[in-house]
Amino acid sequence: MTDSKYFTTTKKGEIFELKAELNSDKKEKKKEAVKKVIASMTVGKDVSALFPDVVNCMQTDNLELKKLVYLYLMNYAKSQPDMAIMAVNTFVKDCEDPNPLIRALAVRTMGCIRVDKITEYLCEPLRKCLKDEDPYVRKTAAVCVAKLHDINAQLVEDQGFLDTLKDLISDSNPMVVANAVAALSEIAESHPNSNLLDLNPQTINKLLTALNECTEWGQIFILDCLANYTPRDDRESQSICERVTPRLSHANSAVVLSAVKVLMKFMEMLPKDLDYYGTLLKKLAPPLVTLLSAEPELQYVALRNINLIVQKRPEILKHEMKVFFVKYNDPIYVKLEKLDIMIRLASQANIAQVLAELKEYATEVDVDFVRKAVRAIGRCAIKVEQSAERCVSTLLDLIQTKVNYVVQEAIVVIKDIFRKYPNKYESVIATLCENLDSLDEPEARAAMIWIVGEYAERIDNADELLESFLEGFHDESTQVQLQLLTAIVKLFLKKPTETQELVQQVLSLATQDSDNPDLRDRGYIYWRLLSTDPVAAKEVVLAEKPLISEETDLIEPTLLDELICHIGTLASVYHKPPSAFVEGSRGVQHKRLPARTGSGESAESPDVGQSVSVSEAPPAVIPSQGDLLGDLLNLDLAPPTTNVPVVPSSMQMGAMDLLGGGLDSLMGDDSETLGGDLGGSPAMGVAVGGAPVTMPAVGGGLGDLFDLGGGVGMTSGFYSPPKTVWLPAMKAKGLEISGTFVRRGGVINVDLSLTNKAMSVMTDFAIQFNKNSFGLSPAGPLQVLTPLSPNQTVEVSLPLGTTGPVMKMEPLNNLQVAVKNNIDVFYFSCHYPISLLFVEDGKMDRQVFLATWKDIPSENEAQFQIKDCHLSSDAASNKLQGSNIFTVAKRTVEVQDMLYQSIKLTNGIWVLAELRIQTGNPSYTLSVKCRAPEVAQFVYQSYELILKN
Amino acid sequence: MIHSLFLINYAGDIFLEKHWKSVISRSVCDYFFEAQEKAGEPDNVPPVIRTPHHYLINIFREKIFFVSVIQTEVPPLFVIEFLHRVAEMFQDYFGECSEAAIKDNVVIVYELLEEMLDNGFPLATESNILKELIKPPTILRSMVNTITGRGSSNLGETLPTGQLSSVPWRRVGVKYTNNEAYFDVVEEIDAILDKSGTTVFAEIQGVVDACVKLTGMPDLTLSFMNPRLLDDVSFHPCVRFKRWESEKVLSFIPPDGNFRLMSYHVNAQNLVAIPVYVKQNINFFDSGSSGRLDITVGPKQTMGKTVENVIVTIHMPKVVLSANLTATQGTYTYDPVTKILVWDIGKLTQQKLPNLKGSLSLQSGAPKPEENPSLNIDLKIQQLAISGLKVNRLDMYGEKYKPFKGVKYVTKAGKFQVRT
Repeated sequence: MTDSKYFTTTKKGEIFELKAELNSDKKEKKKEAVKKVIASMTVGKDVSALFPDVVNCMQTDNLELKKLVYLYLMNYAKSQPDMAIMAVNTFVKDCEDPNPLIRALAVRTMGCIRVDKITEYLCEPLRKCLKDEDPYVRKTAAVCVAKLHDINAQLVEDQGFLDTLKDLISDSNPMVVANAVAALSEIAESHPNSNLLDLNPQTINKLLTALNECTEWGQIFILDCLANYTPRDDRESQSICERVTPRLSHANSAVVLSAVKVLMKFMEMLPKDLDYYGTLLKKLAPPLVTLLSAEPELQYVALRNINLIVQKRPEILKHEMKVFFVKYNDPIYVKLEKLDIMIRLASQANIAQVLAELKEYATEVDVDFVRKAVRAIGRCAIKVEQSAERCVSTLLDLIQTKVNYVVQEAIVVIKDIFRKYPNKYESVIATLCENLDSLDEPEARAAMIWIVGEYAERIDNADELLESFLEGFHDESTQVQLQLLTAIVKLFLKKPTETQELVQQVLSLATQDSDNPDLRDRGYIYWRLLSTDPVAAKEVVLAEKPLISEETDLIEPTLLDELICHIGTLASVYHKPPSAFVEGSRGVQHKRLPARTGSGESAESPDVGQSVSVSEAPPAVIPSQGDLLGDLLNLDLAPPTTNVPVVPSSMQMGAMDLLGGGLDSLMGDDSETLGGDLGGSPAMGVAVGGAPVTMPAVGGGLGDLFDLGGGVGMTSGFYSPPKTVWLPAMKAKGLEISGTFVRRGGVINVDLSLTNKAMSVMTDFAIQFNKNSFGLSPAGPLQVLTPLSPNQTVEVSLPLGTTGPVMKMEPLNNLQVAVKNNIDVFYFSCHYPISLLFVEDGKMDRQVFLATWKDIPSENEAQFQIKDCHLSSDAASNKLQGSNIFTVAKRTVEVQDMLYQSIKLTNGIWVLAELRIQTGNPSYTLSVKCRAPEVAQFVYQSYELILKN
Repeated sequence: MIHSLFLINYAGDIFLEKHWKSVISRSVCDYFFEAQEKAGEPDNVPPVIRTPHHYLINIFREKIFFVSVIQTEVPPLFVIEFLHRVAEMFQDYFGECSEAAIKDNVVIVYELLEEMLDNGFPLATESNILKELIKPPTILRSMVNTITGRGSSNLGETLPTGQLSSVPWRRVGVKYTNNEAYFDVVEEIDAILDKSGTTVFAEIQGVVDACVKLTGMPDLTLSFMNPRLLDDVSFHPCVRFKRWESEKVLSFIPPDGNFRLMSYHVNAQNLVAIPVYVKQNINFFDSGSSGRLDITVGPKQTMGKTVENVIVTIHMPKVVLSANLTATQGTYTYDPVTKILVWDIGKLTQQKLPNLKGSLSLQSGAPKPEENPSLNIDLKIQQLAISGLKVNRLDMYGEKYKPFKGVKYVTKAGKFQVRT
């Protein structure tokens, strides 16, 4: 006899019939009726009208009937609260039943009835059950606290159930411990700051003991809870790891992944030279591989997590490439994930295998997968230089297949390969051009147009090709339009004679006929550039491009660390922090990896993976400045890892030789040799072709906030600008550096504010300057003695000397700095006011002044206007003296005061100046004469700064 | 934790719903249907689906979608593992996990779900314990019920003692007249072979399944001749991990009845033997809307055993309308709707290699297919664990009687694919 018969009674009056049966005297009939009611309920039929009749069946000693009635109650009590109250007495009575099964059942069911009136009556029985002698009842009651909390959190707190629950963590029965942990974890999720799971070494020990003996589900709860603990030191960390490792051999994949989470997190604290660290790394690989032979759904979650793990610790799975090979009947979501991980694991050692696989995939049926496979080939080329050649030829083979979407993807990735390896593979352009007509996707069209524009000089009919695109200009997507505009301008700059008409056409299309502001703006910029200064235009448009980084779509390191703490959770599946999307977790705290506690040496000893990767990493990311930065790297710093692209500072685009050779002599100690060759070099440092080194743009507003410390008053009249942000946190894995330069008592100082905006503690700070124009170098170590905790700011003042190595910089007052901490090395550049270098003995004798003034050729004189300055000449003179600009003489002619001033720089260069101040005219005129005219511009800037502040 | 569960059939009907907390409207499943439609094939439905207020984690088993609803951060694997457990339990209780079976036993299903999860926390998921709490429907009982015209209780009246003991997987007071312990070592070969027959990737997934019917509280020790062969192992909770770590023996108090003692993994490093080779040639012609197919299968490294139940399955490109082939051994079928060609060969003999040859006709006018269909191979070898794993001995402590013991080996193809 099966239950399907319950579904067959769908005739009218069904409810009526059931009602009669429920009220029958016969037990069996009653039970059958309740079964029918339940059956209707499960398929979503509304049988709530029978509530009183069903509740009447509750008072029975037949366990099955009782359970059935309980099932019904749980479902409908909410809609019939007044009726539900009738059941309370029976519940209370059942909680006292001698049979623990019935006690547990009663307290469990009561918790499921989400009616306030019932929960009030639940408190007393629950209290008793939490202390019941039978562990089965206790473990059921523990969960009941969580249920109650979900319904009425306040009540749970008022009744002190949370404390009782905490006590249960020390219960003698492992199942009770596990359930208490589960309940507390759930409650804690809605109470982020409650500190409910106050973990200390004693409770950890209890949990670890319970871990071995409880059910698989209990193990998951306990492991997830353990993962929130931060061990005191590496020894404790190791001992926890040792006790968790056996869980990796559990049959339940959720247990395995939770164990992996604990190990990945606590591993962070272990010194890397420890034998155990290596052992642990080895132990992690096999269970991860095994997860991949499970059902596809499990595989998917495992793959998403492995994706995080290989980014954090690539060494774990570096030999396991083959398990990620795709089978043709894998579900698409598994295929795409596997592909992603294959690229992350691709290295010189396995690239041949990987490429063969990718080529295989590129002929599969699934379009999304094929596209991703083609893209992957391009990424391999960019990642593993040795394979580039083979990748390109594979891509060409694929283009020959003429499968439309394959061709388009191939062209998109070949564009990137061109960028990565300039002047190497351009011979394939002809093949690409053959496929021009088949491109119908914007990204592919844009890529092709970029290629044509970039290599216009090698493509004979580039103008025809671009013209053909131009015909349907208005129908193209913005991406293509922008690219087309740039490409035609490039073409024009390369072959100006034949393409004038074309460029005019595109400029007018972009500026006059388009609604898109981006397009119009770009059009205008090109137009003006071309019409005012074609040479400058050439330098801007055809400037050498920075190389692209080899790794794309890496997760940002601080986020990655947070996600590692969330292995196995939804966050790890979505690769987003839980705060970003989980609704139930209001204001979750960010988790972070524990910092290694071992002192300096262990922290500095380079990571195995890192040292490997450094040798593979092409240092070419910063090629033009390689040697300069090499200098910065000279510190005994931990090498940067490959997966963090070195911030491609805009230095490399700097217009290096605008200042010509003249500067070399500027640096010379012997100022006598100045003179002769100063003539020709243009005085202005304003770069046209390349962007000058830019300070991070955060400046202004933020800087004011920091004004307090390094303020004006502190120095004897020396003006120091407010601190500005030199290194934004997002570029330095959470370290933010702002600072300013100040001259105090004849000593140059840089005042720095180091702020830790990351999630982990920062230690081991050190600083180094690159060679610079005036030989500035730190006179002592960076004094950050205590570790910098998250959200903490430390103010440091670093005295500087001027005896360091000298090299001209562009601009002159540019300073390139490397700061190291336990995380990485960061580079930034900043500008110092040249007034920093004005020395105290800079007052020249009158006679000498006069002679020198005459001696310096007049072409070395530069004139500037200082506007909106309302100081009297005396006040100005005083103010300037505070910054070591000394007034040698003052002359008054009618309403005009003329101040003759002298400045001496740290390297012995004299600067002479004449400041003309007209009474009633807020505009001052400054004439600067110096044997090294390059400094004039900066002297003027200093004047302006000092006078206006 | 797990909030609700919906069971949805292939046609998209929600035929069962269960809520462990407040009731969630079944309209939440609309997001699932949306994802299902987007995925096309039911196998391609993403396992985790995000909706504005909930997450839907689902598995697809026996043409049923098990869709669970969660609201807070819950480990997805935890949910998926639980859903697998639910499906297994249905299988265990009703002999099959199908819509019909579930509908036939809806009250038991409901009771089971209630017992397996409390407030979203797993409660009892061990088959042994559940069967103590809720008796599975048996033919005998349903017969009695039909004859007497009344349903007797299918609910246990006793406390599930096992749940509280230190061996929660075993009942106390087990009694048998014939004491026996049988072990099946089952290995599956997962492999990808390329066109030329070279192994691209191969590994072995093995399990040791046990059927133990022993009286009392026996303590068993199972040892292997060559345990170092295994690259990764996972055990039933009953196995004492420390003993394995130190001595590489399996020491355990077994659950009663059928259970999976361990599963293991042998990696390619140990050179997996490939028992068959496949010579294949599938061509599509540029003109004439046709193609040719020629496949030969032969035994390779079989360690002297016979390869049986060989089946070759090919998922043909969409444009293939029909196949006109001749098989020298076995039979073939081509389903023009699903585009699946199945060649059931049977036993492989050394003397005569089975061959399947003939022409394929394509949709006229359609371009030649781009992709090359992969071959999927099924096979079975009795009395052989292809990894070479061998059980050394089984000892029993704690009880006085002498049990019957037995070990059986079998090798099968898992995901065994040949690219063309």
